[in-house]
Amino acid sequence: MEQTTTQNEVQFSDAAMAEIRRYISHYPADRKKSAILPILHIAQAEFGGWVSPEVQDKVAEILDIQPIEVYEVATFYTMFNLKPVGKHVLEVCRTGPCMLRGADHLIEHLESRLGCHVGENSADGLFTLKTVECLAACGMGPMLQIREKYYENLDPQKMDQLLDDLSKE
Amino acid sequence: MATIYIDNVPYEVKPGKNLLEACLTLGINLPYFCWHPAMGSVGACRQCAVKVFKDEADTKGRLIMSCMEPVRDNIRLSVDEPEAKEFREHVIEWLMTNHPHDCAVCDEGGACHLQDMTVMSGHNYRRYEYKKRTYQNQYLGPFLNHEMNRCIQCYRCVRFYKDYAGGHDLDVFAAHNHVYFGRHENGVLENEFSGNLAEVCPTGVFTDKTLKQHYTRKWDLTMAPSVCQHCSLGCNISAGERYGSLRQITSRYNGEVNGYFICDRGRFGYEFVNSPARIRKALVRTHLPEAVTKEVALQEIWGELRQARLIGIGSPRASLESNFALKALVGENNFHLGVDENDQDLVDLSLKILRKGPARNFSLREVETADAVFILGEDLTNTAPMLALAVRQSVRQQPLAQVAQASIPFWQDAAARELVQDKKGPLFIASITATKLDEIATATAHASPDAIARLGFAVANLISENSPVVTHLSEAEETMAQQIADALKTAKKPLIISGCASGSEAVLKAAANIAGALCEQVKTAGIVLTVPECNSLGLAMLGGHRLESAFEAIQNGYADSVIILENNLYRCANKTAVDSFLGHAKEVLVLDHLHHATTEKARIVLPAGTFAEADGTLVNNEGRAQRFYQVYPTPEDLQESWRWLINIGTSLRHPVLSNWKNLDDINQALAEADNQFKGILAAAPPAEFRIAGQKIPRESHRFSGRTAMNAHHAVSEPKPPEDPDTPLTFTMEGYRGEPPSSIIPFFWSPGWNSIQSVNKYQEEIGGHLHHGDPGIRLIEPVQTNLTHYFSEVPEDFAPLQNHLFMVPLYHIFGSEEQSILAPGIAQRAPEPYVAICEADAHALQLKEGNNLDFSLEHQIIRLPVKINNDITKGTAGLPKGLPGVPYAELPAWAIILKQETTWKHQPQIIS
Ligand code: SF4
Ligand code: SF4
Ligand code: FES
Ligand code: FES
Repeated sequence: MEQTTTQNEVQFSDAAMAEIRRYISHYPADRKKSAILPILHIAQAEFGGWVSPEVQDKVAEILDIQPIEVYEVATFYTMFNLKPVGKHVLEVCRTGPCMLRGADHLIEHLESRLGCHVGENSADGLFTLKTVECLAACGMGPMLQIREKYYENLDPQKMDQLLDDLSKE
Repeated sequence: MATIYIDNVPYEVKPGKNLLEACLTLGINLPYFCWHPAMGSVGACRQCAVKVFKDEADTKGRLIMSCMEPVRDNIRLSVDEPEAKEFREHVIEWLMTNHPHDCAVCDEGGACHLQDMTVMSGHNYRRYEYKKRTYQNQYLGPFLNHEMNRCIQCYRCVRFYKDYAGGHDLDVFAAHNHVYFGRHENGVLENEFSGNLAEVCPTGVFTDKTLKQHYTRKWDLTMAPSVCQHCSLGCNISAGERYGSLRQITSRYNGEVNGYFICDRGRFGYEFVNSPARIRKALVRTHLPEAVTKEVALQEIWGELRQARLIGIGSPRASLESNFALKALVGENNFHLGVDENDQDLVDLSLKILRKGPARNFSLREVETADAVFILGEDLTNTAPMLALAVRQSVRQQPLAQVAQASIPFWQDAAARELVQDKKGPLFIASITATKLDEIATATAHASPDAIARLGFAVANLISENSPVVTHLSEAEETMAQQIADALKTAKKPLIISGCASGSEAVLKAAANIAGALCEQVKTAGIVLTVPECNSLGLAMLGGHRLESAFEAIQNGYADSVIILENNLYRCANKTAVDSFLGHAKEVLVLDHLHHATTEKARIVLPAGTFAEADGTLVNNEGRAQRFYQVYPTPEDLQESWRWLINIGTSLRHPVLSNWKNLDDINQALAEADNQFKGILAAAPPAEFRIAGQKIPRESHRFSGRTAMNAHHAVSEPKPPEDPDTPLTFTMEGYRGEPPSSIIPFFWSPGWNSIQSVNKYQEEIGGHLHHGDPGIRLIEPVQTNLTHYFSEVPEDFAPLQNHLFMVPLYHIFGSEEQSILAPGIAQRAPEPYVAICEADAHALQLKEGNNLDFSLEHQIIRLPVKINNDITKGTAGLPKGLPGVPYAELPAWAIILKQETTWKHQPQIIS
C-alpha cells in the first residue's frame, strides 16, 4: 500500500512498522542507528520511491537519532532518491566497462527519447533517469536496472521496446 | 630515538610518531591536508605521499602516505624522489579541479593552506577545462561564512567539529564529486568552538564573518601576541588591527594552555574594542565641554586629589600592572579589590587550595591527558569553555589504552576511533543544572551547591578516611560516590575540576579534599579550579581589602575620594550600596574603556586602553602569568590604565610612581615588593630585549600602503610610533627570524602563510614552542604527603516556604561583561529568565514564559520563567551577568512575591 507524505504527518503502514521493528531488533538497544539502511529502503518503498526530508525526519525519530544523521546517510547512497521519482526509475550503469560497450550512447538516447536529463523525470512523469556505478553485470553491458530487475546487452532498439512495454503497464 | 634516512641523510627522530610529523619536525616541507596535529591522520587526501625504500639497494621504492606510516628505525624515505613529487603534483591538481580559483576575492587568501600547498607541490598551471561543480552556501549564524565551492574534501571540518569538539549539527552529505559539508539546513552552528573551523579548514569554505565586516588581508594586519580576556583560562591569541580598528582574533599556539584552538567567545568577543560606546577622551563632567585633553584632565585631578583622602578599587579584568599601580598610588591600606564579596572569598580559597597542594594545578594540556575526571559545580562549556574541550579529549584516555594494546598508534585516528567506538573513560559531573558535557559523562548529578559539596565530601571520605564522614546521604548518592571514588582511585592521572561558579565554598573544599585524598595514593592527581575573570587570581594574589570596606570608608568619612579601575561596580555589588557609595564620595574617578553605570556617576572619566591598546600581564586560573601586548598605537589620550596612574602619581609627586616610566619599571617594583611575583619578570622579555640589535616587528614584510593609508593627513611618511614598553615595533622593520615564544606577533614562515606555519615554531609537532611555551607558573603546590582536610561538611539543602534559593547559571554568550558588547555574541545570548523546575512552577501556578516576581537583596525583580527540571526543587537558576538580569550576590534566598502584584510598566527592577 502506498502512503502519502504531508508536511507534518508521516505514517508508516502497520506492516512496514513491523518490518522496521524486526530490523531494529537485530541490534543492541543503544545502537538502533545500525538499522538505518534497511529502514530507509522500507521508507522509500513505502512513500512513492523517494525519501523526502519529512520521511527522513520520521526515520530519525524512529531510530532515536538526529535528523542530520539520517540525511548524511540518505544523501550518500545513490540508491536513495531525494526528489519525487517517476513510476519507473531507470538506473543506467555508467562505469568504465559499460561505457566501453556504449552506455554513453544509451544515455544520450534515453535523454532524447524521454526529453529529460540524467537526474530528472520524463515530462509524463512516468520515468526517472539516473546513472549509477557498476552493478556487477559488466559482461552484459550496457545495462540498466529497474527496481530489482536487470536489463542487459541493451541498444537503442531494445531500449525503445522496453520503454514502450513499460509505458503500457 | 630512531634513525631515519630522508633522501639519504640520517636523522634522529622520536619513535611513535608518523613520518609526516617527523619530516615537519625536522623542518622539511611536505604538503598535507587531511592530517592535523591535534586530530591525527586518516590518510584521505593523498597529498603527503613520499617514497620508502626497502634498503639501500632498493632504487624503485614504493609510494606511501607519510601521515599513515609510523617512524621505524632505519626506514629510508625520499621526499624529493621524482615519482613522489609527480604524484603530489597530480593529487593537488585533482583536488583543485573544482576549486573556483577565486583567491582574489577569498577571505582566506594570503593565509591559506591550500595556496601554500599548491605552490609547494608545484601545481602551477591549470589544465582542467570543464565545468566545475557548484553548491549553494548556507547561513551559519553570526560567526562564520560558508563558501562550499572552495572545498577540497579533506574532511577536517567534520573531524574537528564532530569528533574533536562534540558538535552535532555539521556533517558531510552526498558522495563523489558532489560531497557537501554543512548543516542539514540553514541555521546557527551551535557548537561553542565553531570558529576554529576558520583555521581548521585549509581553504576558504569556513571564514570569520566578523572579519568580513572590516576585511583585511593577514599581511596587512598589525598584529600582537595577546591573551584572551573573556574567562580565567587565559588562552593565547593573536590580535590584528588596521586603520585603527581591531579586525581579527586568531588562536596563538601555546602548547601548555590552549594548543591550536580557542572558543567562540574568545574569537568573536573582541568587537567591544571597536564599539561606538568607547570612551576615547578624558571627561570632566563639570567642565564645558566635558571632553578635555590629557593635560586638562591631569590638572583637574591634581587639583582635586592633591588633598584628598583617597581609596582605590581594583579590577579582576584589569592587568596586574594596572592593579599594582593603583595599589601603590593609594597605599596598601586603601586598596580594595573590586569584586563581589562572595567571589573574593571563593577566589581566596581557590588560591589557598592551589598553594597548599598537594595536588598539582594542571594546565589545559595536562587536563587532556587525565584519565578520570570529576567535575564539581561547574558548567565548563559556559564558564571556562576551552577546559570543556580539554575534558572532551581526556575521556579518550582510558579507551586509548586499548588502541595501544592493539599496536595501533594513537594518531591513526580512523582506526583508533573505530576500535574505541563510543567508549568513554570515566567522567563524573555534579552540577547545578544539566551541562553540555553530560552527554559524554559516565554519571551525572544535578543538585544544589550543598548537595554537590556533600557528594564531593563523600567521595573524599571513600578515598581516604582522613577526610570527614558525610552522614544522611541518600542511597543514590552513596552509590554514585562509591562509583566515583572507585574510578578515581584506579586511575593513573585522576583530575578534580571545580571552581567559583556555583558560588559555594563548600564545593571548593570538597574538591580540595578529594584531590588531597587522591594524592595520598596517586601521586599524579591533579586539580583545576576556575575563577570568575581573566585576572581574578592575579588580583587575589596581589591582595587588598573588601569592596564593602571601601563603602564603609567613604560612609564613615575615613576616605573622601575614590579611583575606580576598569570596573563597573554595579556588576559586583548591590545597587543601593553602590548608589550610596558613589553619592557620598566627594570625587569619583573612573578609568575604563566603555561607558557603563559606574562611569555615568563619575565626575572624571579617563579613557583606558583595552587589551588591544595596552600592555599588561594576567594570571590565569592555573597561576600562569602571561603578557599581552598592545596591538596598535593609539592617540595619546587613550592609554593603559597603569600609564594614567603613573601620570597621576607623577603629578601628585608620589614617591614611588613618579619614578616609573614604563611597564618594566612596574613589574620590577612588583617583583621586588612581593615574593609571589618574583617570577613575573620571566613571563616575557624586557623592553630592551633585542635580537641582532633589532626589535620584533608587529607587521609582516608584505605590509602594504603604510604611507598611502595616511595620505589624507600627510603625503610624507610619518615617523614610526615608538613603543617604549616592549621589544616590539609598530612597523614592518625589525628582526625577521623567530622571536622568543611569548613575543610572537603572528606565525609565518617562507612558503607557510597560513596558521599551519606554527609547525616551524615547535620543538616537535604538537609539542612545546621553541624554548618553552609562553607564560610562567607563579603557583606550585607544596610537595607534601600530608593533606590537611577541610572538615566542614554542609547540611543538605532544604527548601523554604515562600522562598527560592537563587543559584547562578552561566552562558558562554552573555555572562561575560565585555564580550556581550560584541554584536555577534549578543545575537547568541539568551533573553533574561529565571529557571525553576516544573514542580515549583506548578505550585506557583506559573507556566513557561510567565513572569515570576521575587525580592532578592532588597530588589524586586520580575523575570520570565523558564522551566528546567534539572534545577533542584526549591532553588532557582539566575543567569549571571546577563544583560537584563540585575546583579545579586549569589547564591542567596529570594522571597517569592504574591504573583498578583500589579505593575505599571513591566520594569525589571524596582528598588
Ligand atoms: S570544508 Fe574545508 S575542512 Fe571541510 S572538507 Fe572542505 S576543505 Fe576540508
Ligand atoms: S576559553 Fe576562555 S580564555 Fe579561552 S578563548 Fe574562550 S573565553 Fe577566552
Ligand atoms: S561496469 Fe556496468 S555493470 Fe560493471
Ligand atoms: S595528509 Fe596524509 S593523506 Fe592527507
